[in-house]
Amino acid sequence: MSEHSGMVQKRGIGHWFTHLGLIIGVLFIFFPIWLAFVASTVTQPEIVRPPMPLLPGGHFIENYSKALFSGVNAPVALMMMNSLIMALGITIGKIIISLMSAFAIVYFRFPGRTIFFWLIFLTLMLPVEVRIVPTYQVIANFGMLNSYSGLIFPLIASATATFLFRQFFLTVPDELTEAARVDGASPMQFFWHILLPMSRTNIAALFVILFIYGWNQYLWPLLITTDPSMNTIVMGIRQMFPSGDDLADWPVIMATSILAMVPPVIVVISMQKFFIRGLIDSEK
Amino acid sequence: MEKRVIFKGWMLPALLLMPQIVITAIFFFYPAGQAIWQSMFVPDPFGLKTQFVGLGNFEYLLNDPYYRASFLTTAIFSTLVTVVSMGVALYLAILADRLIKGSGTYRTLLIWPYAVAPAVAGVLWMFMFNTRVGVVSWYLGLLGYDWNHVLNEAEAMGLVVAASSWGRISYNFLFFLAGLQAIPRSVIEAAAIDGAKFWTRFRTIVWPLLSPVTFFLMVVNVVYAFFETFGVIHTITSGGPQQATTILVYKVYSDGFVGQDLGSSAAQSVILLFVVGVLTVIQFKFIERRVHY
Repeated sequence: MSEHSGMVQKRGIGHWFTHLGLIIGVLFIFFPIWLAFVASTVTQPEIVRPPMPLLPGGHFIENYSKALFSGVNAPVALMMMNSLIMALGITIGKIIISLMSAFAIVYFRFPGRTIFFWLIFLTLMLPVEVRIVPTYQVIANFGMLNSYSGLIFPLIASATATFLFRQFFLTVPDELTEAARVDGASPMQFFWHILLPMSRTNIAALFVILFIYGWNQYLWPLLITTDPSMNTIVMGIRQMFPSGDDLADWPVIMATSILAMVPPVIVVISMQKFFIRGLIDSEK
Repeated sequence: MEKRVIFKGWMLPALLLMPQIVITAIFFFYPAGQAIWQSMFVPDPFGLKTQFVGLGNFEYLLNDPYYRASFLTTAIFSTLVTVVSMGVALYLAILADRLIKGSGTYRTLLIWPYAVAPAVAGVLWMFMFNTRVGVVSWYLGLLGYDWNHVLNEAEAMGLVVAASSWGRISYNFLFFLAGLQAIPRSVIEAAAIDGAKFWTRFRTIVWPLLSPVTFFLMVVNVVYAFFETFGVIHTITSGGPQQATTILVYKVYSDGFVGQDLGSSAAQSVILLFVVGVLTVIQFKFIERRVHY
């Protein structure tokens, strides 16, 4: 590339090479999804006689309505509903309990406070994948298999969000607390009217991260939802493949894959600003 | 860091902490304790009683060739995923950083695969390389290459690495781009005036200044490859062929749920717990250092 045309940023030919490189990268990222989309708009015979077409066909509505309303084991609309309940349950549940406990840890002194803090800190270390067997037994003992609470609670039990809110609350100026106390505000009034409104951006950022985390869960729903009507969409796709040598219903499976991406992608794109912030903050 | 101004009382904070404590105790500490407890027992062949074996399960595991093979598989897999996804992301971030305008557009175009679940990524890549209907495998066949990841161990590994890295590029790209944009323009321009070519500038200025981001991403990507790629493995290869893609987390699942060997699975959980602990310590050590910069 020509090094003399500009100083650091490229103009002229170098500039176009930069764009070309990026466009190749974008195409590479898009290709698997494009292929899935094309497969979701053609017929089964077009796919099983390779090579399949590389441009969309005319069976979009047919394949998507088949997936949504009948599916393979359960209608995909139902699986999306399950995913939505699970993702929102995890997101909202985690945000609420984290706000409460971070408030308690930062704004009060009580016996055992340090111990609680470290206990919470410990949970940062252990992803659900590591403790699946005993957690499964707990859920089974409570009769929570094939239930929303069984899907949601074990995934709320980690303290990333508590840690994040704690960090944020520590940066809130003491003068505000002082002023609230002078005005005779109770701790909960301070929480509702001052702390919560100030935390809006952090809550939004966390919402994006947690929603994607919840929606994309795979192993946990795979273990505890044996009833197809409780399957989530992300784990349900794999269940749509027939066992043995039977031919998979590719157009319907690919339509389901696309449907599984749509909600989290919409959340990321529409809340991009919060998402980038949340991502970078949550890793600090 | 502590607050100087606080509220009084202990009833309210106890109530506020209650939900988190109850949920964490039931769904986190109790199961984690169970894992440690169960790791010291073996069930009898009928599953009626268990027998205490102390560290026997660990001893057995560490001498088990399959478990050792799984360790090696995990090491290879996570190294490849980290190198591939970070390499591609760094390349794209360097290009995007060179643009005066438009890097935001590319950022929007590149970040959304972050939202695609690993399991869905697995299905997409499995479809492209499917031995019967896959487009890529069909064109490879035209070129005279007979692709079959169902039988070929190296191809299976290649495919799960590609699918796992693909979804991860967005994340790494975001951090690399933020890191590159934080490097003062003046430093790079000064070097350019002194006649330093692109590669010299990259090697002597950009790369060293980027090293905190690179190191952080390395740890995070290893953690990702260890724990979050279960969906990719399960959808594409189910750990096969001949356990060639059975990473440690997959083995906890297959021994515990498919093989019903609870003692061994629990012992594996404890070993993984230790691995996560070490990775977390490394990460926090590093973050502490970064704070002091």
